[in-house]
Amino acid sequence: MEKTDKLSDKEDVLEIEDDIEESEISPEKESKNAVRTINLSVYFDERIAIENINLKVKKNTVTAIIGPSGCGKSTFLRSLNLMHDMTPKARMFGEILIHNENIINFNTVDLRKKVGMVFQKPNPFPTMSIYDNVASGLKLNGSGKSADGESITEIVEKNLKYSGLWEEVKDRLKAPALSLSGGQQQRLCIARTIAVKPEIILMDEPTSALDPISTSKVEELIYNFKKHYTIIIVTHNMQQAARVSDLTAFLYLGKLIEYSKTRRMFTNPKNHLTEDYVTGKFG
Amino acid sequence: MTTNSILINPVNLKKRKIINSVMLALCIVAAIITIIPLIYIFFYTTQSGISALNIDFFTQLPMPVGEVGGGMANAIVGSLVLVGIGAVMGIPIGIMTGIYISEYSKSIVATFVKFITDILSGIPSIIIGIFAYGVIVIPMQRFSALAGGFALGILMIPTVTKITEEMLKLVPQSLREASLALGVSRWKTTLRIVLKTASPGIITGVLLAIARAAGETAPLLFTSFGNSYWQTRIDYPMASLPVQIFNYAISPYDDWHRQAWAGAFVLIFLVFTVNLIVRIVTRNKFSGSL
Repeated sequence: MEKTDKLSDKEDVLEIEDDIEESEISPEKESKNAVRTINLSVYFDERIAIENINLKVKKNTVTAIIGPSGCGKSTFLRSLNLMHDMTPKARMFGEILIHNENIINFNTVDLRKKVGMVFQKPNPFPTMSIYDNVASGLKLNGSGKSADGESITEIVEKNLKYSGLWEEVKDRLKAPALSLSGGQQQRLCIARTIAVKPEIILMDEPTSALDPISTSKVEELIYNFKKHYTIIIVTHNMQQAARVSDLTAFLYLGKLIEYSKTRRMFTNPKNHLTEDYVTGKFG
Repeated sequence: MTTNSILINPVNLKKRKIINSVMLALCIVAAIITIIPLIYIFFYTTQSGISALNIDFFTQLPMPVGEVGGGMANAIVGSLVLVGIGAVMGIPIGIMTGIYISEYSKSIVATFVKFITDILSGIPSIIIGIFAYGVIVIPMQRFSALAGGFALGILMIPTVTKITEEMLKLVPQSLREASLALGVSRWKTTLRIVLKTASPGIITGVLLAIARAAGETAPLLFTSFGNSYWQTRIDYPMASLPVQIFNYAISPYDDWHRQAWAGAFVLIFLVFTVNLIVRIVTRNKFSGSL
């Protein structure tokens, strides 16, 4: 309850145009965009997964992507950090701008450091301890220290605290990551993701494998993270989208049907498809 | 167990229980049949070979025909050297081929390599010996440990490749993605995450390959050939346990027969020890978590 109050307070600050698709480009507004896609389409073989998606995501907001199964939510999310590179049959068209820079100018590895990802199922590295999992991004990328000279131990502690796991694991940092519960593993994965200091965090149904209490903990994190990160979250739980997000995008059959402020989306959607979906008539 | 519930049909329950017991019994019998030969071989070799086992067996060279005593020291060391050469050659190539097939399986080349590896694993070991004879022994004009090790190495490649590929494919795709999403490059992901996660299984495969190579006689007969004396140079013929066992076993002398049994015992023991040591050394405290 408290959260929703806070959300409504912030809405004025966000200054979201009612019609997002309107493409009047003022430099000031542009600089607030963390992610922008222009005519983004993804094909698997000949099958089109998402088609001509134009979306702007502002800095320090939480954007939820909803839609029925197979509508391309995950496909869209995974194109933002070029995860489709691993799928040889996937082809991408259109442009993706991260902080107004086209991602074709990025090295994929650097892009993924900026655009972190949390997956549907908790996937800590099974061969590593809790500590090593959080440190894995830094260690595997070869830097013994972060840019500001913090030691790995400090970084691990800091990020475990951010992800709300520190109190639960501080006495057993060397224990295997898989000894944690599912919800703890997911928060560990979040700690691991933020340890590499991304600017944008993509979350692909991060709570769908979790129990309600773990879910609320993760949602709380998402809410708190807004200060530091831009978050895009795919969810098939509409209540979750309503709880955590500032803006919501509704995808259907690979197309972006509606994109607006979350509250408006759930109370007064413009498109009848959106209305049918959020009221549970299909999906 | 309460069978009083009216929901359970007692006749069906009895039938199910009988079927269950019969199947369980069959599985137990099969398991026993599996371990009997192994235990029998172990006891029989121990029993027959133990009388010839003494310090001399491990420290002395073979005696000339007619003289009792002597040992197989050169063959024991020779076997280690030959398997060592084979391992140094076969294991890295096998593992790297396995990585290629598993991680780059979409390419046509990888499919082709996989097919060839499968064929290679079915080639009789004596043919591989002939191959080594053709490419190393003939140009060098003599038998050599190098040729023997080469043959053993080739023999190891398909086993190691296959197991590496299978084990890497068991690593969930989500771990690769997790690592890549952290901005870790693909080769580091493969090496530090995928290979590491699969390592317990790969080690088992490598041990299997070593054990098989250590016991191979056929490919050594006309590559490493055998030697009655100490040989430290790998470009000369070298004795090996399987060949020595073979030569002694087909001889007409009782003393040599005993020594052959002792050799067989030592060979089993060596394979067992190598197995144990590698497992202890590479033991990962998180293994088994995959």
